[in-house]
Amino acid sequence: MTFANLYERPGPRGVRRNRVLTVLVAAALLAVAYVVYVRFDEKDQWAAEKWTPLLRGDVWATFILPGLAGTLAAAVAGVVLAALFGLLFAVARLSEHRWIRVPAAVVVEFFRSVPLLLLIFFAFFGSYVLIGVNISAFAAVVFGLTLYNGSVIAEIVRAGVLSLPKGQREAAYAVGMRKGQAMRLVLLPQAVKAMLPALISQFVVLLKDSALGLIVGYDELVDRGLNGIAANFSNVIPAAVLIAAIFILINLALDRLAHRLGASSTARAPRVRSR
Amino acid sequence: MEALLTEGGTILAAFWMTVRLAAVSALGSLVLGTLLTAMRVAPLASLRATATVYVTVARNTPLTLVLLFTGLGIGANLGLELSDDIATNNFWLAVIGLTAYTSAFVCEALRSGLNTVPVGQAEAARSLGLGFVRTLALITLPQAFRAVVAPLGSILIALTKNTTIALVVGVAEASVRMRELIETYGDQVIEIFLGFAAGFVLLCLPMGLLFGWLSKRMAVAR
Repeated sequence: MTFANLYERPGPRGVRRNRVLTVLVAAALLAVAYVVYVRFDEKDQWAAEKWTPLLRGDVWATFILPGLAGTLAAAVAGVVLAALFGLLFAVARLSEHRWIRVPAAVVVEFFRSVPLLLLIFFAFFGSYVLIGVNISAFAAVVFGLTLYNGSVIAEIVRAGVLSLPKGQREAAYAVGMRKGQAMRLVLLPQAVKAMLPALISQFVVLLKDSALGLIVGYDELVDRGLNGIAANFSNVIPAAVLIAAIFILINLALDRLAHRLGASSTARAPRVRSR
Repeated sequence: MEALLTEGGTILAAFWMTVRLAAVSALGSLVLGTLLTAMRVAPLASLRATATVYVTVARNTPLTLVLLFTGLGIGANLGLELSDDIATNNFWLAVIGLTAYTSAFVCEALRSGLNTVPVGQAEAARSLGLGFVRTLALITLPQAFRAVVAPLGSILIALTKNTTIALVVGVAEASVRMRELIETYGDQVIEIFLGFAAGFVLLCLPMGLLFGWLSKRMAVAR
């Protein structure tokens, strides 16, 4: 999206002024970069020995790859369980029975408004009192991710079903489907497809949230990267830059996937080629 | 219930910290987010590129990492001191991290709000001789703000919940207190959790209602 309508197309003077301003912006950015450079330099963060560890195979093998595996394991488990939770509660909230609809709504609204970290703490520190065993940090993280993101997914799916034309449900009933069949075979597939971009955005949120695991000692990427690598090479800045880059790349890939799926689902109506 | 009652004062103090963190960061994100939005639609390609890169990076980095970076990287490593008092210093470091992260989302919301403003509005402003800055500040941004009151509300609610992560820079807000209480009163886990959860519901629910009401009131009739 361009916002070119916000300003006139510059004339010769405007072009010159813009050029000067561009140089000024570049100079300002360079100045900021220089200050950052100098400050980091004072702390030796640019020294080669702080960056070269990031290229070493053993550093990747002991810290980064296990950390990445931990992050992905929590994220995948979280996505699967949150999707199940979300589908279940979306259907429950759409139920015609008040005694199903209302409790489901309470559950969803509750878990949506409680910070994820509190859920993780509750599971991690409270599990012994509640169920008599201490659950692992992994289980606590997945527990939190499932309930929190599951509730958000429930709302996304519910909105998707509500956005469908009324005729879809009526047509399903007309061909003799029961309520459950109509939901499972006609409404949910369309709702999920329409909401895929929103669902994938929520998966990005979930992936980022899995980084909360380090607070309860789960070995995920941020923990292995910042606390692991930086503790060994005292290179907080380089380690943080690398970890951030890995997260950004994964999330951008998911984002692109969402865009592509979004483009294909809006193209659902038969396209008439006009010439 | 005992723990919640005897520790009522310290719990309130922890929530007061949560509220302060959220309020100050919200203000900061609103200002920085608006500035970023202006940069993203500016006539200068260099400004647009800077803002785009910033927003992409901030949106796709986990908040835990952002806050750890402000704490360990900017605070401990670069030695940025915002106050002699450690607690105050940590508070401001957390505000910087939360603001840096949240402003990217504010920018995204505002930019989609700009999309809802009809082209004619900006064209009319230009035909009156207003330049880019004044077109944006006087005509299009005010309308964009009114269009995105509800999404801004969701961002503010998310920010309030996100303040719990400030514990990684050593800010004693609600989640820290909850962890301490669970460790002290191990037998009352459920009550303690429900108490803190209720605190957040009490904070976030009115916000949701307020912004829902505001978004209807502020909507631009077209």
